[in-house]
Amino acid sequence: MTLTLSRPEPAAPDAPGQRRRARRSRLHAFEARSAPYAYIAPFFLLFAAFGLFPLIDTAWISLHRYRLGSSMSFIGPDNFAWLFTNPAFYNALLNTFTIGVLSTVPQLLLALGLAHLLNHRMRGRTFFRVAMLMPYATSVAAATLVFAQLFSRDAGLINWLLGVVGVNPVDWRNGSWAAQIAISSIIIWRWTGYNALIYLAGMQSISQDLYEAAALDGANAWQQFRHVTLPGLRPTILFTIVVSTIGASQVFGEPLIFGGGAAEGGALGQYQTLGLFLYQQGWQIGQLGRAAAVAWVMFLMIVVLVLVNAALARRRERAA
Amino acid sequence: MQLPPSPARKGAALVAGLALLAASACGSGGTSPAPQDAAGPVELSVSLFGTFGYQETGLFAEYEKQNPGVTIKYDSTQSEDAYWPALQTRLASGKGSSDVQGIEVARIADVVTNQQDLWTDLRDTAAGSAVAGYLPWKEKAATTKDGAVLGLGTDIGPMALCYRSDLLGKAGLPTDPATLAAQASTWQDYLALGEKYKASAPAGSAWTDSAGGLYNAIVSGEQKIYYDASGALVYADNPAVKQAFDTAAGAGSTGLTAKLEQFVDPGWDAGFGSGTFATIACPSWMIGYIKGKAGDAGAGKWNVTTLPGGRGANWGGSYLAIPATSPHKEQAAKLITWLTAPEQQARLFTKVGNFPSTTGGIAQVSATTDPYFANAPIGKIYSTAAQAAPVQILGPDDGVLKKVMTKALLSVEANGVSPADAWNAAQQAAKQQIG
Repeated sequence: MTLTLSRPEPAAPDAPGQRRRARRSRLHAFEARSAPYAYIAPFFLLFAAFGLFPLIDTAWISLHRYRLGSSMSFIGPDNFAWLFTNPAFYNALLNTFTIGVLSTVPQLLLALGLAHLLNHRMRGRTFFRVAMLMPYATSVAAATLVFAQLFSRDAGLINWLLGVVGVNPVDWRNGSWAAQIAISSIIIWRWTGYNALIYLAGMQSISQDLYEAAALDGANAWQQFRHVTLPGLRPTILFTIVVSTIGASQVFGEPLIFGGGAAEGGALGQYQTLGLFLYQQGWQIGQLGRAAAVAWVMFLMIVVLVLVNAALARRRERAA
Repeated sequence: MQLPPSPARKGAALVAGLALLAASACGSGGTSPAPQDAAGPVELSVSLFGTFGYQETGLFAEYEKQNPGVTIKYDSTQSEDAYWPALQTRLASGKGSSDVQGIEVARIADVVTNQQDLWTDLRDTAAGSAVAGYLPWKEKAATTKDGAVLGLGTDIGPMALCYRSDLLGKAGLPTDPATLAAQASTWQDYLALGEKYKASAPAGSAWTDSAGGLYNAIVSGEQKIYYDASGALVYADNPAVKQAFDTAAGAGSTGLTAKLEQFVDPGWDAGFGSGTFATIACPSWMIGYIKGKAGDAGAGKWNVTTLPGGRGANWGGSYLAIPATSPHKEQAAKLITWLTAPEQQARLFTKVGNFPSTTGGIAQVSATTDPYFANAPIGKIYSTAAQAAPVQILGPDDGVLKKVMTKALLSVEANGVSPADAWNAAQQAAKQQIG
């Protein structure tokens, strides 16, 4: 292009047209070079405003004593010292982990089973697939309120059913494991369908020939599932594990609403997750500096989790 | 160290700047402040929490009718826990707060000590002349060191004992208010009656709702709770706090409580109707709450008598205040003066139970009875309690400390933690949270 531009022009009358053409092609060149940036700019501008800036501002606030409704004063890393010597933080960390395991493991296993069933030819397949996604489309608040009723100690359906088979009523709100199981069940209910659909999509991309070959070799349904479906789904499973892990580390709405809007997470903090702990510090106690410190520690933990997941994935790939 | 005034404002400016960069079509959304009390129609925004009763009893509509040109835009957040943080962020950014905001009594100490600049000094407004009409201690709590009055008291929360006469009757306990009050004159007597109730109560019904509620009722009769008069924190060494804690923990660990955390456990709401608990210490504003939760079926079953302890007590009561950023201060001041004037307060007490905070209002309600509560003389009961109640010393972290204690007591009744362990845990949590 530059060659064309620098070539001497023979005829004078053509000059204005030539210049115009030259200007236009320079413009084109600029456009071609800048267009990609312009196209991705909206994302990065929004990310800068709502992702990067809050992240950096939160880091700055975490170095201050900042009470809701008053001004900030710089205190250096004191908030982090406070955090790492606070048993309530470790309690929240442990709860986040146990609720994460209690909700993620059954959720993914159930989703795998459901997807396997839905992968068969059956009547009303589309209906079941849509129905499975309904819980995912329900708001956390609505789902949790209904579950809180089901798990109510005095008049809940679950305790009534337990009573039918002769089990004493369980205090779902105040028990340690009971409350965690109740909260996990809300998460499982909401996310199983979503994961099942992802698994289903993964299963449908596995070539039918593999199943036929396995069948010819005499593999039964279970063996086909273990030796064809599961290996074929490996990348999909990894994806759902990563997403669920990140989701589990941020669990907030379910325990908050299950607890009736209180951020303590039960009398002993038995279902206070890190998200709730952060909220309690910032918005119920009004210590924004401490809440910011919690937020940053959570952010770093999630980054580490993602890196670990990625490393595992890479090792798997190399092994495969 | 000197720091920029408001990080939130800085953030808003940056976001607005980025929006301009992105050439967004919607503009920056900045509004220039309206001229101070311009003549002509004015819209006053009022943001409250829970149920103040103004909308429900038609007081807003009446004010609009009496003052042509004034329209009231009202919204309410059910939970004060959600209302207050949202208001704080608006105050910090200098944008978005309403012309009139409600302030819960547990926040008022924080407001007068830390937020004087964010609120209007009502002495300089139409409300100034009305200040003398409120109970002196009520307005004193809303007055800063320099004498600025930042809020008008909407109501106070004198306490009584609400009880289910039908359940007490079934358990063979006195159902008549006077007899019950006489037999439960101290908290120890009250718990002794509870033991009797437990022995012959209908299944699934406890003597009172929660250890936390019981604790709160006992300490609400104290003058000094978490702070002393100099503003120093004394919760750890105050014998009144420890005693109330031990009494409540004792009741919780011996099964006299229904283990229902107040305002948090949905079972607590349901319990007013289903009879999960037979008695509850009830401030005047809970009268309306009980009617709402127990519904028509509860009419005549509930009754009210004097609170044990013999000293009266006070729990709650709110304020109306005007943020310093309001462009309609004078109009807003007129509105809150009218809303909290004796006549309106008296009407609210009859309709929803909020007890007047003006001496004139108290005089008007002293003869009120309530048919829902078996015609209990609630005007007389709450007036007496209001007179007997000591003036509490309030502090900025009262709310946090109360929550810590309540939570520890819930762990005693619901999780089997020993009272001593729960007390230690509460002390530790209090240090972690407010230190």
